[in-house]
Amino acid sequence: MSKNLNPGGLTFRQGLRDGIPICLGYISVSFAFGVFATAYGVSIWESILLSLTNVTSAGQLAAVPIIAASGSFLELAASQFVINLRYMLMSTSLSQKMDKKMTIAGRLAVAFAVTDETFGVASQKGTLTRNYMLGLELLPVVGWAAGTGLGAAAGYLLPEVVVTALGIAIYGMFIAIIIPPAKKSRAVLLCIVMAAGLSCIFHYVPYLNRVSGGFVIIIVSVLTAALFACLFPVKEDNGGEEDKDGD
Amino acid sequence: MEIDFLTFLLYALVCALITYLLRALPLVIFRREITNRFVKSFIYYVPFAVLACMTIPSIFESTGNIWSAVAGFAVALILSLFGRSLLTVSLSACGVVLVIELAVRYWPFQ
Repeated sequence: MSKNLNPGGLTFRQGLRDGIPICLGYISVSFAFGVFATAYGVSIWESILLSLTNVTSAGQLAAVPIIAASGSFLELAASQFVINLRYMLMSTSLSQKMDKKMTIAGRLAVAFAVTDETFGVASQKGTLTRNYMLGLELLPVVGWAAGTGLGAAAGYLLPEVVVTALGIAIYGMFIAIIIPPAKKSRAVLLCIVMAAGLSCIFHYVPYLNRVSGGFVIIIVSVLTAALFACLFPVKEDNGGEEDKDGD
Repeated sequence: MEIDFLTFLLYALVCALITYLLRALPLVIFRREITNRFVKSFIYYVPFAVLACMTIPSIFESTGNIWSAVAGFAVALILSLFGRSLLTVSLSACGVVLVIELAVRYWPFQ
């Protein structure tokens, strides 16, 4: 939270230190992802490869069933675009705070692991240097890949009943992510209820249940988010809270 | 899984490319803040919709039987309402599922 006092700007070391708690959190989430991937027959090395190249939880979780079903590249690409669209907002916000001296190469490197959590930490800082951002991102990426590998290994090695129980882990985390904001905001709560309801319709209603998973995520999230953006637009200043008084 | 490693690699790179472009383009090309209120609001709501859509109803098919999943879901929901951490919520859900799955498998009185 504190502004940087070093005249040369935030250092790589400071970034590394700020990345430690993110890394620890990522190990558990990516462990759950690793277990999930094994249920679709993804090998340990393949799951690590996916984590190292993507560094994103929801996107990877959506990708695995599509890949396992040999889905189309269009379905895969479009679902990744919608699910990960939020990174565009985060990178746009971070770009305002980047060190003016940062080169294009530096920016391309820093972009690699902009995640909800690294963004959350970086957005609290002053001017962001390339070295600080690289330090901040390094350990979370390592933790993300390592946790994935451990989870995938667990999925193949642990007793069947334990793996069955771990199958719910990633969904438990998703619930823990979306419920606290829903408690504070009725719009978020309604958004969650509508998306869950539409998702059930696409799962259980004949004919609609033939739409494949990636497209269901796209249709449901675009419809829901568009409706709520019209009904409950966020405030101009922070972009993080919907307008309570209407407009 | 039906596909070989090279095909998997190709799929993984498609994901990685899209995800990376979303992260990189705003940093190198259009560096202006997004001001359109609808677009900002839309992007704000997408993660909630995506996570809800991916969780419901898939969570109910994520374990060995629907009842262990329902119990795990209930525990996760209640602990999240009390603001517990990701890890606590997730491990508690797993714990409840494990107990029920063990009971279903090894229940001696049937």
